[in-house]
Amino acid sequence: MAAQEIRNYTMNFGPQHPAAHGVLRLVLEMDGETVVRADPHIGLLHRGTEKLAESKPFNQSIGYMDRLDYVSMMCNEHAYVRAIETLLGIEAPVRAQYIRTMFDEITRILNHLMWVGSNALDLGAMAVFLYAFREREELMDCYEAVSGARMHATYYRPGGVYRDLPGKMSQYRESPWHKGNDLKRLNAWREGSMLDYLDAFTADFSKKVDEYEELLTDNRIWKQRTVGIGVVSPEMAQQWGMTGAMLRGSGIAWDLRKKQPYAKYADVDFDIPVGVNGDCYDRYLVRVEEMRQSNRIIKQCADWLRANPGPVMVENFKVAPPKREAMKEDMEALIHHFKLFTEGYGVPAGETYAAVEAPKGEFGCYLVSDGANKPFRVHLRAPGFAHLSSMDAVVRGHMLADAVAVIGTYDLVFGEVDR
Amino acid sequence: MSEMQTNSLAERLAARFGDKLTISVSHGAVTAVVEAANLLAVATALRDEAGFRFSEAVDLCGVDYLGYGQTEWDTTDVSGNGFSRGVEGEAIGRFTWADRPRDVSIPKRYASVFHLLSIELNQRLRVRVFCDDNDLPVVPSLTGLWPGLDWFERESFDLFGIIYEGHPDLRRILTDYGFVGHPFRKDFPLIGNVEVRYDPEQKRVIYEPVSIEPRVLVPRVIRDDADLIQAKAEAADHWREN
Repeated sequence: MAAQEIRNYTMNFGPQHPAAHGVLRLVLEMDGETVVRADPHIGLLHRGTEKLAESKPFNQSIGYMDRLDYVSMMCNEHAYVRAIETLLGIEAPVRAQYIRTMFDEITRILNHLMWVGSNALDLGAMAVFLYAFREREELMDCYEAVSGARMHATYYRPGGVYRDLPGKMSQYRESPWHKGNDLKRLNAWREGSMLDYLDAFTADFSKKVDEYEELLTDNRIWKQRTVGIGVVSPEMAQQWGMTGAMLRGSGIAWDLRKKQPYAKYADVDFDIPVGVNGDCYDRYLVRVEEMRQSNRIIKQCADWLRANPGPVMVENFKVAPPKREAMKEDMEALIHHFKLFTEGYGVPAGETYAAVEAPKGEFGCYLVSDGANKPFRVHLRAPGFAHLSSMDAVVRGHMLADAVAVIGTYDLVFGEVDR
Repeated sequence: MSEMQTNSLAERLAARFGDKLTISVSHGAVTAVVEAANLLAVATALRDEAGFRFSEAVDLCGVDYLGYGQTEWDTTDVSGNGFSRGVEGEAIGRFTWADRPRDVSIPKRYASVFHLLSIELNQRLRVRVFCDDNDLPVVPSLTGLWPGLDWFERESFDLFGIIYEGHPDLRRILTDYGFVGHPFRKDFPLIGNVEVRYDPEQKRVIYEPVSIEPRVLVPRVIRDDADLIQAKAEAADHWREN
């Protein structure tokens, strides 16, 4: 037989591939079905958030933060708001901090549900997605109840949160799609306040996590697709700037909520799950356990919030708007309101880096102010950006189908990677 | 980090590196400014030596200090016609580095700022490197020490045009293929330079100069912290209750 020349070939994966989680374009150099080199091309969703923020007063950019990692909205806001608060030297009232803690955890569950659903879908398990979105819906109602928006809440503000938790949840009305026992079931949790609703949710949620686990944890196909795939050693995780579940999956017990606590994390009780092998399966187990722990935190916060009413915003009218009623008769309040919403507030010159443990890892906001009413420079440290940069190092030598498992395990959202 | 930890890190840095680092502590964080020439030696020590052990580089970004401390709206004095109009002021991008209206204590236009994290010792450090040349900003690449900085340096190059010497693959990362310019520089207009549309006559996508007018909705103003000082005074005397 004559000698044949065998060459590697280049394959284009995405940006329209359903497993590319949005707009990842992956240029893969293949040797048969083995990946020899992976070169992710990103930036297809680059909107210049950081530059836009430089052109607006501080408060007007909070909404942009929701649109970065658009499945963990409030955690992004938290980093930005915390950076501003640090430079201003103000602190949110305790109740606001508990609300933030609670909503950070609601957000974490929202994110992990999205992750477990879509990752399972990528690897061929259809049903998990449907189960996960059932509970996502319930938590999104909480977003809607406090902010009026189901996703892009703009709820956290420097100095607290926009407003206190609502006294009642909105209910489903009878319609051709919701009626009879179905309607009764949908409204059963919604008789009382939002905290009652969350109580019902937290009591129920661990059973729901059991359901996802039943579908995946001992599933033979799931294990074949994830065990031993995308192994990240602890040294490698640190070299590549990995944080969050990527780092914990490799056995390093690092969580900003424990190590550098912010909001009220020091006052609530929860555990940090840690993986052993650093493969996709361990990271799956870590994230599932994180959902259970988040559920615990939500319960503790809800109990505290029920027992301790109080202000949710600082009484500093240069930063927070005055009460609507006060504006009707108080000239001072009217002026404060006008100045705050037209000019904003000046933030003392300085720089700070505020990081939060977002569901995907460390989400940081590096803020430089020169004393003006607009930020001089905002840099957002997105966990997904650092994780994806290690794509080539992690996926090299894997099969093409495993590249999908690795993309899934990174928990990528291109809103934050491309910013 | 607690205040004690922060100060102890600052002291250890000062003792180890002496005048190679300019160290400041603010808002519970330590910032070190290092010369580009010393960067690699200092960074290697920060990563490896006991007492520092910064095993992770979590973040790196470029900063363009053009326009730092400049306002569009002069609020200190009033002319015969009232206050100055925001749009006619000294807006960022309307002057070059050499003829900036207010002198501020920033020595160079571009800087590369990175944040280090020590998992072992639970401490953070911010390091700033100014680029010596304002026309061709160059700093050494740190990818040899922390491979994870690869993309962060590419991003900083893409957006600010800072060149990382020794970077293995310094390509653009976030902007479009064939993009011209460095969009996060302060003299790059927010609305961009070109817009893109499909031309039915030529039957292809064409680039044209932007047709929209740039406008400033809220002028940039520095009130020398007067707002906050007043807010603190008001909070202190509880004028509402009196």
